Amino acid sequence: MTDIPTADVRIDTAVLNGGPRPAISGGGSLRANGVTAWFGKHCIVAGVDMEMPAGSVTSIIGPSGCGKSTFIRTLNRMHELIPTAAMAGEVILDGQDIYGAGARPALMRLRIGMVFQKPNPFPTMSIGENVLSGLKLAGIPCRNKAEMMERNLIRAGLWSEVKDRLNAPAGALSGGQQQRLCIARSLAVSPRVLLMDEPCSALDPSSTMRIEETIREISHQVTIVIVTHNMQQAARVSDYTAFFLADKGDPGRIVEFGPTSELFNAPNDPRTEDYIHGRFG
Amino acid sequence: MSIATAPVELPQPRKVRQSPKELLERPLAILAVVGVAMAAIFAVTPLSGGLGWAICTYAGFVGADAYDNYRSHGKVVAKDRVATVLVYTAGLCTIVPLILIVIYVLKQGLGGITKAFFTETLESVGPADPATVGGAKHAIIGTFEQVGLATLLATPLGLLTAVHLAESRGRLARVTRVLVDAMSGIPSIVAGLFIYTMFVLKFDQGFSGLAAAMALAVLMLPTVARTAEEVIKLVPDGLRESSLALGAPQWKTVTKIVLPAARSGLVTATVLGVSRIAGETAPLLMTSFGSDGVNTNPLHGAQSSLPLFAFQRVRAALPTQIARGWAGALVLILLVLALFTIARAVAARGRKGP
Repeated sequence: MTDIPTADVRIDTAVLNGGPRPAISGGGSLRANGVTAWFGKHCIVAGVDMEMPAGSVTSIIGPSGCGKSTFIRTLNRMHELIPTAAMAGEVILDGQDIYGAGARPALMRLRIGMVFQKPNPFPTMSIGENVLSGLKLAGIPCRNKAEMMERNLIRAGLWSEVKDRLNAPAGALSGGQQQRLCIARSLAVSPRVLLMDEPCSALDPSSTMRIEETIREISHQVTIVIVTHNMQQAARVSDYTAFFLADKGDPGRIVEFGPTSELFNAPNDPRTEDYIHGRFG
Repeated sequence: MSIATAPVELPQPRKVRQSPKELLERPLAILAVVGVAMAAIFAVTPLSGGLGWAICTYAGFVGADAYDNYRSHGKVVAKDRVATVLVYTAGLCTIVPLILIVIYVLKQGLGGITKAFFTETLESVGPADPATVGGAKHAIIGTFEQVGLATLLATPLGLLTAVHLAESRGRLARVTRVLVDAMSGIPSIVAGLFIYTMFVLKFDQGFSGLAAAMALAVLMLPTVARTAEEVIKLVPDGLRESSLALGAPQWKTVTKIVLPAARSGLVTATVLGVSRIAGETAPLLMTSFGSDGVNTNPLHGAQSSLPLFAFQRVRAALPTQIARGWAGALVLILLVLALFTIARAVAARGRKGP
C-alpha cells in the first residue's frame, strides 16, 4: 500500500507565521526539513517537515510503529548511536544544521536534551548529584551547586518533595519522582530544546498530571517536543500537534500538522479524524 | 459516618504451604519402595554393583514419582514434577562434591595448622621431623607477592579490554573477543613455558616471583576481561543514552556512569580472576621454581608459594610431609575464601540505592 503521497503533507501556514499563541522568548526554534531515517535498509520515517517554534510545546501522536520515536531521536542525534542507523534531511536549531559539517554530536545533545520513556536516574548518584550530573559530564563548571540544584528541582516540580534528602540515593524515589528528577537533570544544562519520548507511559495518572504541570511551567523557558500515545495528553499540553501514520510496509509520514486545537477539533484529513476518535490505531 | 470504630479482628493466616515433612513423605516412600524393588531385582538377575543399583533406583524413582503424580494430578503436574526432581538433582551434584572437597581437606590439613605453620619455614626441617615443626611462612609470602603482582598486571589490562569489548563497536572488538576467548583456552603449563622461554631464559633472569606473576597474569587476563565485559553489558542502555543525551562524550559516559554502575560486578570479575590463578601450580614450576626459605624479593631468585608447597610436600614419601602439604592446601582455600568475602563486602559498601 503506497497511497500516502508526500504531497499530502500539510503544514498550516498559521504555524509558520507564529501559530495561535505568540512564541515567548526562551528556548530555541527547531525545524525539521525532509527528515528521513533508516535502520539498515528499512526506512522507518520519511520526508518529515516540521516547524517547532521557540517556546512552544509540540506533540507527536500516532499509532505504534509509525516512526514517532525514531523521528524524535533524529532531532538530537541519538538515532545515529544505533550501529545500522542512517538519516537524511536537515534539523535546524536556531538557524544552524545540527548535522552540518563541524557540528559536534555531544554539543548538539547538550543544546537539545532528552527525557526517555523509562525514568533512569543514575543509580550511583544521590538526588542532588543527579541534578548536577549533566554539568559534570559535559565539563561545565558550576559555582553555586546548591542554588543550581534548588532552581532546577523547582523547575521540575520536585523541590518540595526532596529538599530534605538531596543526599539520598536517587533509586529510592517513586517512578514519577524519578522522571521529574530526570527532567531536572536535563534542564540543569540549560538546553534550548527538550525532547520527551513518551515521558509518562510508565507512570500512574497522578504522576502523569504532575509531569504535565511541569511541562506547562517550563514551556516558556525551553522549546518542548513530546511524543505521546495519549491523545488527551497531547490536547492538554501542546500548542501544535503532528499526526504520524505508517502504512504496512511503508515508512511513517506526517499526515497532518497544525495547531493542536485545530487538529483535534477540525482535522483536515479523514485519517486524523478516525485516529483521534479511536477508530483505529 | 465514621468507619468501624471497634477494633477489627484480623483473621489467622491460613496454612497455604506444605511443611518439608509433608512435602517429602510421599517421594521418600516411593524412593524406598523403588530402592527395595531394585535390590530384589539385582539379587535375582545377573545385575550387580552398588553404583548400578543407585543409578537404576534414581531412574526408577523419577519414573515412579512422575507416574504417581500423573495418576493423581495429570500430565502437567507430572512434567513439572520430573523437571523439579532433575533440577534438584543437578543442584545436589554441584554442591555435594564441593562440600566433600572442603571436608576432606579440613580433615587432612587441620592437624598441620599450628602457629609454627605461619611463622616458620622449611629451611631447618629434616625429612623425618613431625608436621608440627617448621611451616609455610615462605610459601604464604610468595603466594601473596605473586598473586598480588599478577593482579596488578592483569586487572587494568583486563578491565580496559572489557570496556573495549563492551563499549566500542566494529570489527576490532569482534577480533579481540575471539582472541580473548582463545587466550582463556591456553593450558596453564603453556603459559608457564612461554614466560620460561621468553623471560626466564631470554633475559637470563633466572627464576623469580615476577616471572611467576607474569605467567599467572596471562591466565588471569581473559577471565577478568570476559567476566567484566558481561558485567558492563548488564548496565542498562538507558543510562548510557541519558548520559549521551546530556551532552557527555563517550569516555565520560563510560568512566562516570557505566563503570560506577557496574562497580560490584567489576570487583567480582577481579576476584574471579584471582581465584582462577591462586591455585595454579603448573606455570610456577618453570617460573618461580619454589624454595624452602623466605625470599621476600619477587624480582630475583626462586620463591615458593602455597600451591607449589602443597604439590612438593604431598609428593614426598613421609606422612609428616604429606600432612604439611594438606595444611598448605587448606590455608590456600581459606585465603581465597577470605579474599572473596572481603571483596564482596567492599563492593557492597559505597553502593547507593536500595
